[in-house]
Amino acid sequence: MGNPMKIRAAVKDGVTEVKILMQHNMETGLRKEADGKLVPAWYITDVTAQHQGRTVLEAQLGISISKNPYLVFGFKGGAAGEKITVSWVDNTGDKRSDVAEITA
Amino acid sequence: MNSEMNLERRKVLKVGGGVGLLALFASIGLVSPAMAEVDRKAFSAKSMDEALSAMGVIIPEKTDAIKLSVPEIAENGAVVPVSVETTLAKVEQISFFVDKNPNVLAAHFYLPAGTEGMITTRVKMGQTANVIALVKADGKFYKASREVKVTAGGCGG
Repeated sequence: MGNPMKIRAAVKDGVTEVKILMQHNMETGLRKEADGKLVPAWYITDVTAQHQGRTVLEAQLGISISKNPYLVFGFKGGAAGEKITVSWVDNTGDKRSDVAEITA
Repeated sequence: MNSEMNLERRKVLKVGGGVGLLALFASIGLVSPAMAEVDRKAFSAKSMDEALSAMGVIIPEKTDAIKLSVPEIAENGAVVPVSVETTLAKVEQISFFVDKNPNVLAAHFYLPAGTEGMITTRVKMGQTANVIALVKADGKFYKASREVKVTAGGCGG
């Protein structure tokens, strides 16, 4: 299920700016524990953002993205009170969706 | 050229085991079947050349229309803020690369019509390297590159 994302979406001058902070370890699969054992890869591979059911951003991530991935993007349109849905899937098949309301 | 390569890839996926995973993503609405997603192989590329060829890019043009913002010096390579903004029209894709990381492709974004040509994220950097932004706009590829000096790497234990 993963941990909840923090999503802020604010509309200004006709553009909605969306800031997303995901909570995920983003293990590269290259890091070793103190005992020399590799920590298995565990990272978000796909992220989708939708505004009122329309896709406004699709992303594929690799292991070079930092722990707790942060994303900012913007799209034309959007009004206060409308919904943004962000979903991710990781390489183990775990997934999560969160919804945020656009503010003015 | 591009669509042909994608078609080839889809054929390969269909005969391979990949179709199951794609179907899973499609079923939960994460990936539309028509989405022109980049081959996941591009994410395991060890060099820029390998990554670009896996993405079907020949030689990206340099342009002043891409503003790539990165710190000059990163004290913590585990969290390096990167931001790209472009004035190019019809931006379709934005990708970030770190040319000295074990896997050079960090992230790949699809921007549907109406989405601004702007992306900010954070990357890990194992050592001093170039951060490269690749932008696809109106069918053409453009790039911008800047060096980030890393004083403590972000990929170690």
